[in-house]
Amino acid sequence: MNLVSTLSTVFSSALLFAAPLIFTALGGTFSERSGIVNVGLEGIMTIGAFSAIAFNLTFADTFQSATPWIAMLFAGIVGIVFALFHAVATVNLRANHIVSGTVLNLMAPALAIFLTKMMFDGKGQTAIINFNFAKVDIPFLSSIPVVGEILFKRTSLLAYIAIIVAIISWVVLYKTKFGLRLRSVGEHPLAADTLGINVYKMRYAGVLLSGFLGAIGGAVMAQSITLNFAHSTISGQGFMALAAMIFGKWNPLGAMGAAIFFGFAQSLSVIGNYIPFIQDVPSIYLKVAPYALTIIVLVGFIGKSEAPAADGETYIKAK
Amino acid sequence: MTNSMNGKLKGVIVALLSVILGLVMGAVIMLVSGHDPIAGYSAMIQGSFGDLSYFGETLRQSTPLILTALAFAVASTAGFFNIGIEGQSLLGWLGAVWCALAFPDLPKFILLPACLIVGALFGAFWAGIAGMLKAFFNTSEVIITIMLNYIALYLSNFVIRDIITDGKDATPIIPDAASLRSPGLEQLTDYSRLHYGIIIAVLMCVIVWILMQKTTTGYELRAVGMNPFASQYAGMSTKRNIILAMVISGALAGLGGTMEGLGTFKNIFTQNSLPGLGFNGMAVSLLGGGNPFGIIAAGVLFGALKTGGLLMPTEAGVPEELVDIVIALIIFFVGASYLITYLLDKLPAKKNALKEGGE
Repeated sequence: MNLVSTLSTVFSSALLFAAPLIFTALGGTFSERSGIVNVGLEGIMTIGAFSAIAFNLTFADTFQSATPWIAMLFAGIVGIVFALFHAVATVNLRANHIVSGTVLNLMAPALAIFLTKMMFDGKGQTAIINFNFAKVDIPFLSSIPVVGEILFKRTSLLAYIAIIVAIISWVVLYKTKFGLRLRSVGEHPLAADTLGINVYKMRYAGVLLSGFLGAIGGAVMAQSITLNFAHSTISGQGFMALAAMIFGKWNPLGAMGAAIFFGFAQSLSVIGNYIPFIQDVPSIYLKVAPYALTIIVLVGFIGKSEAPAADGETYIKAK
Repeated sequence: MTNSMNGKLKGVIVALLSVILGLVMGAVIMLVSGHDPIAGYSAMIQGSFGDLSYFGETLRQSTPLILTALAFAVASTAGFFNIGIEGQSLLGWLGAVWCALAFPDLPKFILLPACLIVGALFGAFWAGIAGMLKAFFNTSEVIITIMLNYIALYLSNFVIRDIITDGKDATPIIPDAASLRSPGLEQLTDYSRLHYGIIIAVLMCVIVWILMQKTTTGYELRAVGMNPFASQYAGMSTKRNIILAMVISGALAGLGGTMEGLGTFKNIFTQNSLPGLGFNGMAVSLLGGGNPFGIIAAGVLFGALKTGGLLMPTEAGVPEELVDIVIALIIFFVGASYLITYLLDKLPAKKNALKEGGE
């Protein structure tokens, strides 16, 4: 393999694995910026993956090649409904955020497999989908010499969309009134409340956005990598996205960067055998890398002050 | 009834109501998905308490859960949210099996205790990492333990494939000298797979209760959990207690995994995802209110749900995943106990108001 095609393979598979992580990590960022810890991202991704595959298999004849896109949006909506559990529990019912997030993680695979068995003749996994997010050449950009070949040919369109969504998320969080309010209820809900911001409403917005984006992450994972839904479709990606969010210091662009890096690490354990140097590294190191790096970064570089100040604290409005 | 109920009684009522609500919601799900809830739950009761052998399986199922639930409880009493039990128990399982396979010729009275201790030590070590990082760098134990869970998963798969065996997905069966198998208990329960682990689990409940309630160490752990600043001011070392709590918790978690390794499966195999001992144990602990005796009751209940669930597909055509949905719902209601206590507080008040209105 020459250098250009090697680099092209590395970039496209890193982006392929990064795309679901970027969406989900952005979801986590919105939730935690509003002050609600969301360890339920794994469960939200599972529900998203299931919904997308179920929709895709059911309506493939109707929507043809547009199916994965519509299935992805459908999954996002289901994700919002699922995240509503977390919002009601943490915002209104004063549940511990970690407990409630864990409920999502316990509930999602059970519910998804239960429904899979109901919908697909009692089998614990679905068939392979016919219409998926295949690798594409991105118009115009892919015709740039060398750079286009490496970055934009036969690559994951979804990853580029995820990067755009990350930039939009950054603008929303830091340059709009909504973003300022969302961050303020995550930093100091009492002060925000005094200024007339509806703390509960903003926190609902944060959690529901995480449901939408997290489920899209699951849908992307299922429709571009695993191509069906089974018990192990989502196994750890939600927690990896959570790690990316922390690694990126609760900032959408940071989360995106970390997610791309983690995607790269994940892809190495898959394509590593074809790349010189990497093929000599035992795969255990590559698999453990994202998690170990997160610990190192947490210990070494991130002080306690980086997380939103009121992250994880239930706000009880005075009567 | 007075408006302000005794706190402990309230806890028990919340737990019972959560179980009932969870089961009712499960019945609704069965109805909506076109199943017969009565047939479903009859199959579940039959499959968990229906005869001695099923009951034995229920107790076997609850054994590791009781231990991992204790692990969660000890950590949370000291103000620590240990969601790394998943990884700690997996490593405990690995450690125990590894030890058993490494010294196959030792006599039982040495090998079995040694394997139990190694299992506990593996878990304690893994939890200790999170404890040290919390104590010295004040990093969130929640995130650290989540990350450690996945490292444990890949590490354990690696050790099974590349160190213990030569590329295989499961280790050989452990020698009899390391097994927790109990012919007596098996015979007593009509040849279920019930093993000595249940005795260890109950014993640990008693020990943990004594440790936490009757010793200075336990008092310090509880004090640090309630108010780290006050404890520090009173001369207790917060750092030491944080690490101690995590090490005890990890040891119990490791012991929980050991029950699977030396009792139920008698080997260890590679996993695609975390086996769930930790999260189910956390659920048991939350339902049991963190009290060792509450944990035994909750553990047996969850053991019954899990074992009984296995009979649901064949007897009532209900997918066994319903059980996990019900468990998640129960924990939802326990977690959101504000809902139940709020309604309980409202109820008598309303009655009084009605009475007054009537007079």
